[in-house]
Amino acid sequence: MPIHRIEVAGKPDQRDAAGAALCARVQEDLGISVENARIVEVYTLDAALTDEEVERIREELFTDPIIQTSATNRSLAQNYDCVIEVGFLPGVTDNVGRSALEGVQDILDRALAAGEGVYKSTLYVLEGVTKETAERIAAELLANELIEQYVVKTAAEMTALNGKPLLALPVVTQEQVAAVAHVPLDLDDAGLVALSRERMLALDLAEMRVIKQYYERSETRARRKALGLPDRPTDIELEILAQTWSEHCKHKIFNAVIAYTDENGEARTIDSLFDTYIKGVTDAVAARVPWLVSVFGDNAGIIQFDDAHVFALKAETHNSPSALDPYGGAMTGIVGVNRDVLGAGLGFQCIFNTDVFCFASPYYKGTIPPRLLHPRRVLRGVHSGVRDGGNQSGIPDINGAIVFHERFLGKPLVFCGTGGISPAVVAGRPAHVKAAQPGDHIVMTGGRIGKDGIHGATFSSEALHEGSPATAVQIGDPITQKKMADFLLEARDQGLFNCITDCGAGGLSSSVGEMAREPGGASIHLDKAPLKYAGLAPWEIFLSEAQERMTLAVPPEHLDAFLDLARRREVEATVLGVYTDSGSLDCHYNGELIGSLDMAFLHEGVPRMQLEAKLDAPEPRGELLLPGDEADLTNDLLQVLGALNVCSKENFVRMYDHEVLGQSVLKQFQGARQDGPGDAGVIAPVPGSKRGIAVACGICPKYADLDAYRMTACAVDEAVRNLVAVGVNLGAIAGLDNFCWPDPVQSPTTPDGRHKLAQLVQACGALYDVCLAYDIPLISGKDSMKNDYRIGDTKISIPPTLLFTAAGIVENVEQVVSMDAKAPGHGVYVLGETRNEMGGSEYLALRGQLGVNAPEVFPLSARGLYERLAVAIARGLVASCHDCSDGGLGVALAETALAGDMGMTVTLSPLNVSNGVIALFSESQSRFVATVAPEHADAFEAIMQDSVCHRVGETSSEPMLRIVCADDRRVECDVDALRQAWKQPLDW
Amino acid sequence: MTVNVLVLTGFGINCDNETQRAFVRVGAEADRVHLNDLLADLSRLESTHILAIPGGFSFGDHIASGKVFANRMRHKLGPALERFVTDGKLVIGICNGFQVMVKMGLLPRIDGVSAQETTLTCNDSSRFENRWVRLQAPSGNRCVWLRDVNEIELPIRHGEGKFIARDDAVLQKLHDNGQVALQYVRPDGSPAKGAFPFNPNGATDDIAGICDPTGRIFGLMPHPEGYQDRENHPLWPRITLPEEGGGLRIFQNAVAFARDEL
Repeated sequence: MPIHRIEVAGKPDQRDAAGAALCARVQEDLGISVENARIVEVYTLDAALTDEEVERIREELFTDPIIQTSATNRSLAQNYDCVIEVGFLPGVTDNVGRSALEGVQDILDRALAAGEGVYKSTLYVLEGVTKETAERIAAELLANELIEQYVVKTAAEMTALNGKPLLALPVVTQEQVAAVAHVPLDLDDAGLVALSRERMLALDLAEMRVIKQYYERSETRARRKALGLPDRPTDIELEILAQTWSEHCKHKIFNAVIAYTDENGEARTIDSLFDTYIKGVTDAVAARVPWLVSVFGDNAGIIQFDDAHVFALKAETHNSPSALDPYGGAMTGIVGVNRDVLGAGLGFQCIFNTDVFCFASPYYKGTIPPRLLHPRRVLRGVHSGVRDGGNQSGIPDINGAIVFHERFLGKPLVFCGTGGISPAVVAGRPAHVKAAQPGDHIVMTGGRIGKDGIHGATFSSEALHEGSPATAVQIGDPITQKKMADFLLEARDQGLFNCITDCGAGGLSSSVGEMAREPGGASIHLDKAPLKYAGLAPWEIFLSEAQERMTLAVPPEHLDAFLDLARRREVEATVLGVYTDSGSLDCHYNGELIGSLDMAFLHEGVPRMQLEAKLDAPEPRGELLLPGDEADLTNDLLQVLGALNVCSKENFVRMYDHEVLGQSVLKQFQGARQDGPGDAGVIAPVPGSKRGIAVACGICPKYADLDAYRMTACAVDEAVRNLVAVGVNLGAIAGLDNFCWPDPVQSPTTPDGRHKLAQLVQACGALYDVCLAYDIPLISGKDSMKNDYRIGDTKISIPPTLLFTAAGIVENVEQVVSMDAKAPGHGVYVLGETRNEMGGSEYLALRGQLGVNAPEVFPLSARGLYERLAVAIARGLVASCHDCSDGGLGVALAETALAGDMGMTVTLSPLNVSNGVIALFSESQSRFVATVAPEHADAFEAIMQDSVCHRVGETSSEPMLRIVCADDRRVECDVDALRQAWKQPLDW
Repeated sequence: MTVNVLVLTGFGINCDNETQRAFVRVGAEADRVHLNDLLADLSRLESTHILAIPGGFSFGDHIASGKVFANRMRHKLGPALERFVTDGKLVIGICNGFQVMVKMGLLPRIDGVSAQETTLTCNDSSRFENRWVRLQAPSGNRCVWLRDVNEIELPIRHGEGKFIARDDAVLQKLHDNGQVALQYVRPDGSPAKGAFPFNPNGATDDIAGICDPTGRIFGLMPHPEGYQDRENHPLWPRITLPEEGGGLRIFQNAVAFARDEL
């Protein structure tokens, strides 16, 4: 096939913004100065085209005549030392290439033939670098060798190429489809373990034994004989079992029987953490929250929004893929959780995203262990992936956080959350009720299947190790998904399907396997599945985690209408089989039965794990040292404002579309200059209604090493008080728990597994206690239990982490309160008690100390405070309210002032804390800084009188923050200087 | 008279819901119509008075923002759309819709002919950004969508909003013809003169929106449909604002004009 290479570049007189940004990044990230960089887009057409057609395509599709110049089979690179070209590896999603193909077909007014294609690559034209330097820029900044190929050429080498392609075309070469293999199980224990490892099944010995026993049963053998299947499992059966039983899908640790010994040596048995604590607390508060609609049973939790609408919420993690390919991993994280909401009930429209990331410091200076990327690169990649995934999907990002801790070097955490809304009744049916019926067609919609993401579910159930597969990485395709989402909501409103679910982790195996539970079986023909390229074995088709797919149950009477609508919306939809009541999951390929699994064994056969948990006595720690006794604490406050966990993330947040859909009420950044950090995102999702949803997050891994119970309680409290700060009342809040833990299963490679599991037990206990006190049902959640890095002698385990996402219903969005001081002369109040709780604080972290006392949550007194504050806000008495968290009271005061672009004069003696450092920097929970107009002061104080509520000062028009502590130590600082200190560290 | 509005959807357009809502709120009948459904039945344009191309990420902004969608519209809708505009009907393109319009040459139509004379490209910051901007409609502009609008605040949410004309002559004609519809200004109303963040993308002459010489075809980077309610404005907790969002005035003007003139 003739290859046409089209290069497109900015005209020489145009400023190359992307090239300039690249130079800056190379300087910032690698410390290399590049004199000049220009970026040339390259489109390679592998198609039988006439010269005239190629020219038309070049001019009409690829070239902007106002600002660009282009050439065919000739390079535009000029005046340079080296070029780097980066393109995809075969089989990797090429979104630009796919859109370009559509554009080419529009121009030709004909479809390209099978095997013809358009491929995108990028040529970086660099001036002032040697080839060695260019190699480094390519490897460390521009290309990710797991998904991309690159080549570096000098000017002389380019001349010799004379316009020929630099890279091989990323075409997947056809392979012979592997025959279905039969896997012998007549192995001893060592052999079973080896088999699990070699086939990447991630099943343990007990599970392998149960599978072996299943195949040895006489009734299994008789059944298989009758079906014409071998005694031994086929490869696809074993893969289905491994996927269905994976930690990722079955949450075996949360469902285990745990023999727990606490720090006092007292032992008890916990029969499932999930049932005891998570479902337990939801059951306990369910009677007090009449708005629960569907919890734990679906892809997302569902609650009532108003009489006519229901609201769905879900958060997910995508940690392991983001470690390998930050951009693609994070993008699939965000578009993946969108599909959870799209697949909740009969389908919800996604109306907001949240994002919370955990990284090591981007300023990390140490060596990077093999296969890990520098945290700065991870941060940039993850942020870009979530940005592109969310923005291109048209879903606003309304709340999030970026958290730093040194041990996230081993694995970054990428939490993506999504909320969705649906009419309570769609096509005459309750929106939250769905079930496939026997006889319904199994229909897959959206993207095609490739080898991408095979073994993703089992991969995320393992530590990152040398053999971690590159195929575990996928790149999202938000536009294919957007088209599918639009189509599916149309089909929903016409009542065209009975059931829908995301085709995510575990692929068709998971989605069809799960949906087949209700009817009692399924029969699928894998040769009918649309593939990106030939060469996939049947088990790979079934297990592939290729993105942008949903699986549906379409009744026969609606099949034609469903497929017709799909065709008109240019969404691929394929019938793969039928749901049955046969009691088995049957897989066929080219007319032959290649696997049949008993549904009961598949879903109920996994043996429960029996685990031990024992809390180690806390390490003896020295008494808290409070360094320094200087009278002026201004510099200390400026330093804490600049701490990575405190400082402004505005730069990153502004790159997310946070207003699309037009529902925005409170944005991430607020106040006079729109640069003050908001506490909760608020939207009004139903046109014409002032009823709203507020969303906030809490996450405090820095307290985990001191006390996992307190870490968890703090995370829940942080999310809740963020909601309370804007005016949400208790009783209207639902929660999501996302646990990310280091491996808590005792083993030779995890010698402290019992302790880590005991920390998990403590965390679950805290979750239960605080949610019970605050009347918060947990409506959905997820756990990721293998967040370790282990290569050679290096092991890095993340600090145990809980992300708590809280969503609350706002009766009237006109009453919500933002965090910025509103006017001079307003009273400044500190609500809640300040204690000596410096453990894990930002103040001590800056001094290299961890401290002793992690902050403790006292939910009963906090509850009283929250309820009174909600009354005061609802009565319109509060001008501003801001959550007090990372960094402590000093930070909350400074942020309130700088957001209002005004000063504040404060005396902290009413707090009854003698040490000024503790008053300013202790991170005691359940506190707020509020400002109140003089005319409302009496009423406000009257409402708050039974809670801890101190009037500490007044706002002022002079832009100075003045704080005097009880010990007469002081802060005195210009508000611009506060702003500068707070904004500068991540102002990239 | 009922004013009928056709709001395009599909292929990654994502502001169609709120654009439709804005037209409905000011009294029009507005339907969201998938581009493929329109292409299958071009007669739908006959009963339509206003065509809206909303914001979004059509085809992912791949190759260049709006480019693939513009090509598809030009190839498959060209003559019908030309008839629509020569009949004096109204068109608005917002953000991605504006990018589509300039790339298919539907704006600026300086001499009443569709051809690409301008473009919208990568912001000087090389970043997608979401922030609120203040805009001024220059006196003498012909845009019927901005009849009583002098200043307005709206959100921008784009990565490729830098307006560039082919050359100085084109730019001069835009100014002379009253086709420069909206310009970025500082909070005090003085010209942004390219200064970030007031001019958020480096657009030539602070141009945020242009219209054709009839003033009926209008494209702009900011999102008027994103400011329909007081609470959408970032400063609503601080300052007194009307209950109705300022963005609705733009839709009101068009619907009133269509009712009177079409």
